[in-house]
Amino acid sequence: MEFCPTKVLALSSAFNSKGYHPPHVVEPEKCSGCDLCGMYCPDFAIYGQRIAEPKPAAKPKPEAGHES
Amino acid sequence: MKADPRGVLTGTHFLDGDHACCEGALAAGCRFAAGYPITPSTEVVERFASRVPTVGGSFIQMEDELAASITLQGAVWGGAKAFTVTSGPGFSLMMEHIGYAAMTETPCVFVDVQRGGPSTGLPTLPAQGDMMQARWGSHGDYEVIALCPNSPQECFDLTVKAFNLAEEFRVPVMFMMDEVVGHMTEKVVIPPADAIEVLPRRHTQKSFDEYLPYGTNGNQVPEIAHAGEGYGFHVTGLTHDERGYPSMTPQTQDKLVRRLQTKIRDAADRITLLEEDGIAGADVVVVSYGITSRVAQRAIELARAQGLKIGKLRLITCWPFPEERVRAIAQSVKAFVVPELNLGQMVREVERVAGRHARTYAVPHAGGSVHHPEDILKTIVEASR
Amino acid sequence: MINITTNDGNPVEPFLRSDRMPHIWCPGCGIGTTVNSFAHALIDSKIDLKTVALVSGIGCTGRVAGYVKLDSFHTTHGRAIPFATGLKLANPKLNVVVYSGDGDLSAIGGNHLIHAARRNLDLKVICVNNLVYAMTGGQTAPTTPDHAITSTSPYGQCEPAFNLPHLVEAAGAVYVARWTTFHVRQLARSIGEAFQKKGFSFIEVISPCPTLYQRRNKMGDGLDTMKYYKEKSKVKHGAPTSEIGLTMNGEIIVGKFVDRDRPDYQSLLHAQMVESLGDRYVEQDDFEPQESCACS
Repeated sequence: MEFCPTKVLALSSAFNSKGYHPPHVVEPEKCSGCDLCGMYCPDFAIYGQRIAEPKPAAKPKPEAGHES
Repeated sequence: MKADPRGVLTGTHFLDGDHACCEGALAAGCRFAAGYPITPSTEVVERFASRVPTVGGSFIQMEDELAASITLQGAVWGGAKAFTVTSGPGFSLMMEHIGYAAMTETPCVFVDVQRGGPSTGLPTLPAQGDMMQARWGSHGDYEVIALCPNSPQECFDLTVKAFNLAEEFRVPVMFMMDEVVGHMTEKVVIPPADAIEVLPRRHTQKSFDEYLPYGTNGNQVPEIAHAGEGYGFHVTGLTHDERGYPSMTPQTQDKLVRRLQTKIRDAADRITLLEEDGIAGADVVVVSYGITSRVAQRAIELARAQGLKIGKLRLITCWPFPEERVRAIAQSVKAFVVPELNLGQMVREVERVAGRHARTYAVPHAGGSVHHPEDILKTIVEASR
Repeated sequence: MINITTNDGNPVEPFLRSDRMPHIWCPGCGIGTTVNSFAHALIDSKIDLKTVALVSGIGCTGRVAGYVKLDSFHTTHGRAIPFATGLKLANPKLNVVVYSGDGDLSAIGGNHLIHAARRNLDLKVICVNNLVYAMTGGQTAPTTPDHAITSTSPYGQCEPAFNLPHLVEAAGAVYVARWTTFHVRQLARSIGEAFQKKGFSFIEVISPCPTLYQRRNKMGDGLDTMKYYKEKSKVKHGAPTSEIGLTMNGEIIVGKFVDRDRPDYQSLLHAQMVESLGDRYVEQDDFEPQESCACS
């Protein structure tokens, strides 16, 4: 969230399965498609995806990680 | 499979044990060695360095034994048959990686040309003081195979066998020579390549999706794959499951470590090589290995000349220890005499297995030379009373 | 099976053993970020993944081998480089990556590091430097900066720390770079460059260990450390490696410091053999898998 240049992400109030508040997308229209979120995430939980629409959007996985 | 003729120096030669061992490795299809100089083993890799570029392989002298003992394993996973060569101090350094080879089931050969120890000891003189270390030197429970040649000819023949056993059981094989066998020069006959049986790598035929790096389906030894083939497997020294993934639970530990042991123990009859003579009807059996067996041979002949009924049991395979055979012999003899160039190592195994059925006499020697036949004879006579 | 399928999922996913996720690294740890950069470098370089073998040692960074979907080897402490040497010599077609930590590579593995650099073996070494032995609880490493508190230097570390780029340059490395986990794109680019380079490449990545190093030294959490990297790092390509040592709160000089050409070990070996043996030199075979033997 810290590194998103357009402030697309914010902490959600929900908990994920590891007991953390994962980031979620709050302003998808502001996403510039830089994929810094995807490159920084040490848990591989988020990635940028270009979709065939006027603007690209950030798309986080439903939960940051899951039990194998 | 027959040996690759490029590596076989067919003919009758006059070689010492170290040189014969190198030829055995080449005949077995070994095309990689990583070594570090240490007396009295250095000649093995010196010859390999000189021979292998004309046969198609490589040798690298690493910066220490710690590196050599794992570089050879990297080469195995890259597809080669590989070995290293050392003596006591280097053998001690290699212990962690012998354990790694046992744990990851990497087929390879470690040659130890034993010399006087402990520590720097007697670099140019013989001993047989690493025998227990060959079996127990690394930490944890694992099982290895150890072979003991007693002549340069055997240094050739048994090195081929060592590589074959390594491939068959996916285990590090300890080739326990000693300084005398390594440096004595005798006739060595190297047969034509098509007379030498060589076991190929137990490579999997399974597809990428089906293959489990440590899956065994009934057979105790898993099939291997090499890096660069597309299998994308994982190898670790951590306790692992059939996928090769770390799985640190007591259940996985039990399953894995027991299999590492049973894959060798259950096949002991295929692995055990012994030379026997005159056991039937004997009162005393002399158990020996390596160079000591040749001195023991003389002592046995002297004892028989005195009318004593002496049998000979030469351990060619020292590990796994031939428990079944020794226990069977113990039922019908009075005693075992075990001469060794150490202060009592394999004799402990004999004593353990013989139990109360037969007495066990050690003929220890701190090392530095071989026994006098008379020293062994003295104990044989005492044991016969 | 290693493959990259273009799907809608996370582009890094094909490189990970998803059946082993989530990984064991702490919140705020930078190792996962470096793996991200590594995966992007693999994607961008379009390298045949079949040919990539990854070797790691022991420690937090050593666990990388278990999470990447490549032929991967988790070896013994300090000995990833000699294992990688054997792998490369037996199969020169492999692209061998050594991915390990600062303690593993420069302390117990130090001897192997300098010799591999000296030989100029064609290995790509990614050294994640979190300034401590993290996995075992945060002990002093040869890279721990002066005055830092660790579990084995509770009153402050007083040994001079290694300047790793300087060390490997002196030993003979042909590609030396340093980045931090903040420099994700530059790191990915450096890794890509290392793949194109023949010879010993060394990329140091400064990474947070918030659970141990940062906590004991009251430097905040992973995010604070990333901010510190952002503020205090200075890109100085080509800077003399003797001048880029790290201090506890000081500047971090990053960039590509060495990019030179020297014949790699295998070229040297080949040339020597051809010169000395001529026609008698037999090149190493490809070790093709033979038919599996029918023994039980």
